[in-house]
Amino acid sequence: MTPILGVLLATSFIASLVALGILVWAVANKLIFVGKAEASTIFMEGEIGHPDDSASFGQENETATHRFDVLRAGIDRAGKGPVLVLVTAGILWLLIGSTFGVIASLKLHWPDWLADMAQITFGRARTLHLNIVAYGWLSVTGIGVALWLLPRIFHTPLRRPNMAYLGAFLWTLGVLGGSIAIASGWTDGIEWLEFPWQFDIVLALGGFFLAWPAIETAARRKTPHIYVSGWYFLAGMMWFPFLFLVSNIPGLHMGAQQATVNWWFAHNVLGLWLTPMGVGMAYYIIPKIIGKPVYSYNVSLLGFWSLALFYSQVGIHHLMGGPIPTWAVTLSVVHSVMMFVPVIAVAINQHVTVATNMWAFKQSMALRFVWIGALMYTLSSFQGSIEAIRSVNSITHFTHYTVGHAHLGAYGFVSLVLFGTLYYMMPHVLGRRWPYPRLVQVHFWLVVVGFSIYFIALTVAGVLQGMDLMNPGSRFSEITRSMIPYLEGRSIGGTLMTLGHFVFAAHFAVLLLKKESGAKPADVFAPVEAS
Amino acid sequence: MNRLLPLLVGAIGVLLLATLMLVILPAWQMRTAQPPEQLPPYTGQQLLGRQQYVANGCVYCHSQQPRSTGQTLFDSASGWGRASTPGDYFYDAPHLLGTMRTGPDLLNIGARMKSRDWHLTHLYQPRSIFDWSIMPSYPYLFEEKDQASPGDVVVRLPAQFQPSGGRVVVARKEVLDLVEYLLSLDRTYPASPEELQKRDRGYDQRPETALAGHAG
Repeated sequence: MTPILGVLLATSFIASLVALGILVWAVANKLIFVGKAEASTIFMEGEIGHPDDSASFGQENETATHRFDVLRAGIDRAGKGPVLVLVTAGILWLLIGSTFGVIASLKLHWPDWLADMAQITFGRARTLHLNIVAYGWLSVTGIGVALWLLPRIFHTPLRRPNMAYLGAFLWTLGVLGGSIAIASGWTDGIEWLEFPWQFDIVLALGGFFLAWPAIETAARRKTPHIYVSGWYFLAGMMWFPFLFLVSNIPGLHMGAQQATVNWWFAHNVLGLWLTPMGVGMAYYIIPKIIGKPVYSYNVSLLGFWSLALFYSQVGIHHLMGGPIPTWAVTLSVVHSVMMFVPVIAVAINQHVTVATNMWAFKQSMALRFVWIGALMYTLSSFQGSIEAIRSVNSITHFTHYTVGHAHLGAYGFVSLVLFGTLYYMMPHVLGRRWPYPRLVQVHFWLVVVGFSIYFIALTVAGVLQGMDLMNPGSRFSEITRSMIPYLEGRSIGGTLMTLGHFVFAAHFAVLLLKKESGAKPADVFAPVEAS
Repeated sequence: MNRLLPLLVGAIGVLLLATLMLVILPAWQMRTAQPPEQLPPYTGQQLLGRQQYVANGCVYCHSQQPRSTGQTLFDSASGWGRASTPGDYFYDAPHLLGTMRTGPDLLNIGARMKSRDWHLTHLYQPRSIFDWSIMPSYPYLFEEKDQASPGDVVVRLPAQFQPSGGRVVVARKEVLDLVEYLLSLDRTYPASPEELQKRDRGYDQRPETALAGHAG
């Protein structure tokens, strides 16, 4: 058996490298066209060179209302309903999910607080937090943004909006039912897969009805080129259902083997679902706000396929030193380190584009959120690659360090990109501006300061905890005592972040409910034949 | 990229490769495992207790996978047991390997703490035993009564943690099941060489390098 495994392993790695080599060759020889012209397909005539963020530019100049252009308003209009429903549901999940996060965090240093409420004992509050922010906030809002963004890059309105309504309803119902189940102690018991499979079916059906309109819209696009954001969104909509179904089949996986499925799934939720969402959004929002195409579009192709090849095989690094065959762990370690390739490819495109246009970063709050989010993607990925090296993992495994890292990815990266994207997107969807630009700043500083405290506290705590857990002379009581100040710090940071979310949600509610004066959205449905 | 179908097919193809490598092949190898002779299947009550362990989320703070001495001496010095192998989990569904050690590893807690009374007291109020503990207390798994009825298991508590007015704390069925499961956690039997081949040996010293170290 060992030689067979060895050959398969070597083949998989060599095949990945050869595939990437062919890709680079094809791009170099112009067999695949991904250049400035393709990168510019997200702009209409005359848009390049003009920054676009209604929350930040043209405040003094009321003629800037031309930004709510007739053409795109026509495209936005068909999907407006489902997009608003998804984003509103997502923001509600954000509030609920982060509240459970704060409760769980407080319970780690106030262990007797609300101890008689079984529904929010630490083990359940923590699990509710994870599932609600991952499948509620990040996924629901992300799909909402995707259903707004895909029609724009395809220059055609969203198809089957009614199906998207149904999908939004079912998905939300699945998250709600699964959460109530967890609170009452009914769980599948596997990290990231806690929702009982009965609710998973509802959620999966919802996903199907949400992916269909996106794919049909893509099939009927009015532009020959699929912009890079589209690759990420559409691939993610293929990947997530596949992962979700295989790992949720009841009774198929057992014992230590189930752990490999568990972490294959859990890491791919980040790598092949939340990351494509975040990267795809940043690829659209950054050039749109600045008004210039991304720096080096053909590198984005390398970034996409290497992400698919390497990220999909990193999951077993969660089981290092465990009851899992050595080769599987090593495979994931190698792929974790190879993640430098896609991350650098994305970094070249996104960071150079912003770094050469810092004036926009200073002025646009939306860009500030999105770019800092994109920077956190680079950082959390580099951190993850290093964390997967055996000697480093020995210290960080089993500690709060990992929790800090997970939040750098899911919060520092994906959530910040989502905030910025919503600040850019909502005025286009509703045809009116955010009413209180000051609140955007309050939101920004609360989450940035809160998250910095959160991340630094857990990172320092994790390193200390991990070194103590390696030292046979240390005592568990001392380790536990030494963690308390950091856990308290985490609660302070988390509370600030959650406050920021409430500010954001309140601002969103005002924007949504406000009766409009001034800039009117285009009221005509323009049959769209954009170039 | 201008075409939709190659994009979608390519994306799924890549994920199929990952599924082969991370799901199918490990399953193929690990499922040949036989349960170790000394490992009995869980009893009905132990399985009910395991469900309590799952429902209350114990796994989020307690791992069940001691590390090898090649990686660290802390685990064996703490009495957490030898490095585990796939066969040790033969009867486990869902798996409870865990990823955090906010609390200690529990794979061999039954061999380490054999007293039911200790576990009941500890679950009712961890700080009545360890003043430094940050484990949640689980009052909802117990019941306060004026008087114990026949057959009730009364929790033994230090005076300051006793309910007022001479009332007593008795264990509910849920917590009795849970303790029964905890007491069953014992993988201290030796692991066979074949089994040890199936765990991650990436941290274990190779014999030749160990010898070379001695010679140097």
